[in-house]
Amino acid sequence: MAQVRVTVDGVVYADDVEPRTLLVHYLRERLGKTGTLVGCDTSNCGACTVHLNGQSVKSCSVLAVQVDGAEVTTIEGIARDGKLHPVQEAFNECHALQCGYCTPGMIMQSIDLLGDNPDPNEQEVREGIEGNLCRCTGYQNIVRAVQSAAEKMKPGAQADVQSPVSVAGGGD
Amino acid sequence: MTATAEPTVEFGKARPRKEDARLITGRSRYTDAITPSGTLHIAVVRSPLAHATITGVDKSEAEQAPGVVGVYTAADLGLEGVGLPCAWPVTPDMKAPQRPVLATGTVHFAGEGVAVIVARSPAEARDAADLVEIDYEPLDPVLDMEAALADGATLVHPDLGTNENATWVFDSGEAGTGTSVSDAISAAEADPDQVVVRRRFRQQRLIPAFMEPRSAVCDPTGEQITLYAATQVPHILRTMTTVTLGVPESKLRVIAPDVGGGFGGKIGVLPEEMLVVALAQKLGKPVKWSETRSESLLAAHHGRDQIQDITITAKKDGTVTGLDVKLLADMGAYLGLVGPGVPILGAFMFNAIYKFPAYRFTCTNVFTTKTLTDAYRGAGRPEATFAVERIMDELAVELGRDPMELREQNWIKHEEFPFTTVCGLTYDSGNYEQATQQAMELFDYAGLRREQEERRRNNDPVQLGIGISTFTEMCGLAPSRVLGSLSYGAGGWEAASIRMLATGKVEVITGASAHGQGHETAFSQIVADQLGVPFEDVEVLHGDTQISPKGLDTYGSRSLVVGGIAIVKAADKVIAKAKKIAAHLLEASEDDIEFAGGNFTVRGTDKGRSIQEIAFAAFMAHDYPEDMEPSLDSDAVYDPENFSFPHGTHLAAIEIDTETGHVDLRKYVCVDDIGNVVNPLIVEGQVHGGLAQGIAQALFEEANYDDQGTLVNGTFVDYTLPSAADLPSFDTRTVSTPATSNPLGVKGVGEAGTIASTPAIVNGVLDALRHLGVRDVEMPCTSQRVWRALQDAQGRSTQETPVDTHSPGAGLGSIDPNNPQGEVQ
Repeated sequence: MAQVRVTVDGVVYADDVEPRTLLVHYLRERLGKTGTLVGCDTSNCGACTVHLNGQSVKSCSVLAVQVDGAEVTTIEGIARDGKLHPVQEAFNECHALQCGYCTPGMIMQSIDLLGDNPDPNEQEVREGIEGNLCRCTGYQNIVRAVQSAAEKMKPGAQADVQSPVSVAGGGD
Repeated sequence: MTATAEPTVEFGKARPRKEDARLITGRSRYTDAITPSGTLHIAVVRSPLAHATITGVDKSEAEQAPGVVGVYTAADLGLEGVGLPCAWPVTPDMKAPQRPVLATGTVHFAGEGVAVIVARSPAEARDAADLVEIDYEPLDPVLDMEAALADGATLVHPDLGTNENATWVFDSGEAGTGTSVSDAISAAEADPDQVVVRRRFRQQRLIPAFMEPRSAVCDPTGEQITLYAATQVPHILRTMTTVTLGVPESKLRVIAPDVGGGFGGKIGVLPEEMLVVALAQKLGKPVKWSETRSESLLAAHHGRDQIQDITITAKKDGTVTGLDVKLLADMGAYLGLVGPGVPILGAFMFNAIYKFPAYRFTCTNVFTTKTLTDAYRGAGRPEATFAVERIMDELAVELGRDPMELREQNWIKHEEFPFTTVCGLTYDSGNYEQATQQAMELFDYAGLRREQEERRRNNDPVQLGIGISTFTEMCGLAPSRVLGSLSYGAGGWEAASIRMLATGKVEVITGASAHGQGHETAFSQIVADQLGVPFEDVEVLHGDTQISPKGLDTYGSRSLVVGGIAIVKAADKVIAKAKKIAAHLLEASEDDIEFAGGNFTVRGTDKGRSIQEIAFAAFMAHDYPEDMEPSLDSDAVYDPENFSFPHGTHLAAIEIDTETGHVDLRKYVCVDDIGNVVNPLIVEGQVHGGLAQGIAQALFEEANYDDQGTLVNGTFVDYTLPSAADLPSFDTRTVSTPATSNPLGVKGVGEAGTIASTPAIVNGVLDALRHLGVRDVEMPCTSQRVWRALQDAQGRSTQETPVDTHSPGAGLGSIDPNNPQGEVQ
């Protein structure tokens, strides 16, 4: 067993884990963070995407022991005080999800993308979410949602929205 | 009159979905999130060989592994005699092998389960699975359908005496719905003023690849056994579990919680579902199975996989005179729940929107040692639409005609509806001219044809192709009597209930079982209008056989067209009951009560009661008419009288780099007539997603087997779903000629995009290449295949470039096709 001490969605956890435990399994099975989903075994689908110290990672390709001392934010930790993150809102408004299985990962990746590029064009969005597979939507409304969220998140667009970078940091 | 809800007009409103709230916050509940206390986990030990005799199973090491509760074969569980159900015996003499829960004696496809581990954790179960020693004596795999039917072929199931499952024939001459195709072909061959065009098309094998891997949890604690399953068909699964394992139906509750996509791939009764039920009963503990993606690709049912021999005859003026369809359909090693019927569903759709006077359909289903095939989005209809839309293009080439003009010459004109087809189906409504005209304008058909001419003239290295698909489909499965005539093992009705709660809220219970479709939103919109209550006050309940005890679930674009109409019928009954109570309370004759916008009023007065007030009055039951029960709650079961027939015109502009073979989908326009639209946002989403899957068949996806019968696309590295970067934005529109067969005028939209888009893309690819001598490119039309077709057409050698048969779309295949053993070179 190895020790891991990690902040997830603002809460500090200290646990003994099997060294081989993947972060996604630690989140789901130990912490009950079942909003983060598993869709493949080969890091292709991106359903398990979370933020690790503010950067998106596929949590199936990170060992739980690797996040010792880090901050992790999952889909369950991005709404603030009952208010949805603008990307969550945009996914609803633009009908960017159907079965919802790729959605947590897709939202986490989109937030990361907007942190790097606050005003992406269509092609930049498509390339930015290329590592996240969706079987339902044909991606068109996801692209629309990301661009719509980018509009909302522009400085001054909406006074009460925090910048994506700080949201992506999680746990603060 | 007291305050009542404002009259609502929800029908047609682009409502964002109410189900999103939980899905965008991670408050979802997919089956794998359900782990009752004490849950044990299973892992299935699967055969690495396609066809082999099992000569020994040594469980001893696995049994000693930490956390292992037990290791079982079918014999250990007393399940050797249990066969999984096939509900569609397409012919009376259909050959049906027993599909075991775990293989006994012989394995028939790579990935078939042989033993099962039960352990404390999923990881311990998987670790122990590697410790089970199974000895196999390899047998020859059976991989090619035509070879499988030849004399002396290795038999997949020797006891059946053949690899032929069944041959199903429809002949319009014999059925009396048209004339004889044999006569039409002979006449055409003898007549210099007619043409006969014969083509062979290949429908490659696809994998539904829903994003949520399959999962099942059986909790035997309590009086009733509860089975949670990632399924499209909780009601069918409940009945079939009873049929398969003998658990009394009344003791079994099936729950489909949030389900992460299905596309037909989650219609089924799975060996693993039966295992968790049997093991939970045996061990008295909850037992859970969640598959890996590789297991899913390997062992979950596949789709399509047909060889299509198509003959079309026509006069030289373009009028079609006959269509003869001969199919071979690969069933894989066993029959799925509706597997043998899937190609048969296409039988009624090859004639499509055209007025063929003579038609024949002959389909032979074949067993091979591959994963079984069953429903995948469209199920039989995409295959049919592909063949007819491809052959119409081939006929246009043969006759030197514009392909759209040739279609228009032969399609059913809008003034000819209702139209009874050569298959005997009656198309109730449609307007192919309207959809086509709008699509051609949006697409700039004439402009693109000019550009195409120019590029051809200039020998542009990037050539332009224009692909057409003017499709129709049959939706709303299905009128029960029609299913009966096809020997299908169930009806096609759907059930609904409406409960009016004391506080004015409304519970709608549907037998349809959503897995991404947005039923909660669309059905709320319908009920809000029907009962005149606020959208937010409607709660849609589904996917649990205890809450929604009656239903036939979701597939075949049936949820709205059948399930939605059942809800309307239940609402009608609620209103009829409420009217009686309103008349009683308002001291008026029932005939004088009018209902609109949620209010019952006495004609010519300002006296009235809201439906919420009536619901409360019924709940209190202090004062109600003597000839009724104090309740507004109502049930309905709706059996459709006909299918519905959405149609549309899809146009694709394809650019092909003739130097590299790279195919670029530059523009995609479609105008679909799906009848009246409840929620345009949801419709748009269904069309987008459908297009992506149909385009993926044309360009990206294929399940391949090597010569040993091993699936070589066992991961998402090798089975190449399109990513966002692989697809363009689509221009999708709708027009409406309302269906006349149901009170909402709706037709269904779930499968349209998938059915229509595949031939549009392939027709476009060939349109770009034909003048360079290319006659055909098999799907998926990858760069490699296109480049090779161009080289072949121009007589250049391609031998120095080895064929990548393993991973046609992928540049990153985990197996190097030219060095499959991974030898160091």
